[in-house]
Amino acid sequence: MSSDRAHADHAHEHPTWKQYKWVALWLTLITIVEVWAYYIPSLVASKGFVPALLAMSAIKFSIVVLFYMHLKYDHKLFKALFVGPLFIAACTLVAFLFLFGNVRIG
Amino acid sequence: MASAPATASGAHEAHEHTHYTTTGLDNRKIAIWAFIGSECMLFASLISTYLVYKGRSLVGPLPHEAWTSPAGQVFKPILNMPVTTASTFVLLMSSLTMVLALAAVENKGKPGYEGLLGSSKTWLLATALLGAAFLGFQAYEFTSFVHEGLTIRTNLFGTSFFTLTGFHGTHVAVGVLWLMSLLFIDLKRGLGPKDAIIVDISALYWHFVDVVWIAIFTLVYLIK
Repeated sequence: MSSDRAHADHAHEHPTWKQYKWVALWLTLITIVEVWAYYIPSLVASKGFVPALLAMSAIKFSIVVLFYMHLKYDHKLFKALFVGPLFIAACTLVAFLFLFGNVRIG
Repeated sequence: MASAPATASGAHEAHEHTHYTTTGLDNRKIAIWAFIGSECMLFASLISTYLVYKGRSLVGPLPHEAWTSPAGQVFKPILNMPVTTASTFVLLMSSLTMVLALAAVENKGKPGYEGLLGSSKTWLLATALLGAAFLGFQAYEFTSFVHEGLTIRTNLFGTSFFTLTGFHGTHVAVGVLWLMSLLFIDLKRGLGPKDAIIVDISALYWHFVDVVWIAIFTLVYLIK
């Protein structure tokens, strides 16, 4: 099996133009909500503001990785090559925030 | 090299055109995912540095708060949300045009991919232009920051901000050059299904640049 054929076989699993359009629409809508929340002082002052922004950002991140980067449809080795370092990177980031006192427990 | 064809001529053809590993996967695609994994750690270190230094600048200008210098000069919050929101939208749309470019190359000549939807040149050009527009927004932002008194040497915010967004901007610039080279190949000899892997690899890089910006936009610009 040639590389070209392998790629062509694999290609049919990718989302369609309509799905790509919906993904773009969702990404735009989430971004609009994020920016709208930024301009509402009562929302910014609330305890849920930062977790909500982080959750929306994580959703956008996941949508792009799963649908645009086709990780949802791709081989598990590619998933491991991305998710493994991403997990280490996220743990390192959180560890630094605790170490330097930006985040405290209790 | 795996998946060896049964015949000698087939083996020769495979040797010329394929890049298989023992996994049966194309080694170029494994390489780009490994590269993206390493880039995750690079950007995590830059974002960590920004967040650790957040709120620890002794002098302004500051990102979200006004600051008055000992001499009485008032500096307004320096981040320009409307400009950054526009540049974020531009980068998100560039990811859409990139997947359409890949779909056009993969499905060239197939029913449903005639006209604009099957025009890989149009989508590659659109992606490169949107990337260039993002760089234009960033150049405008950097220039206005310098005019307002914030340089890479001014304070901890300036140092970590310019380093983080500068690294990201450099990645976007590399991506634009990569897209332009693909467009050049497409104009010269045309890109078809047999070239899908090289477009796929550049698309993965481009989308990664987009997801990094999604994180930067939230952590640097939106969270006060």
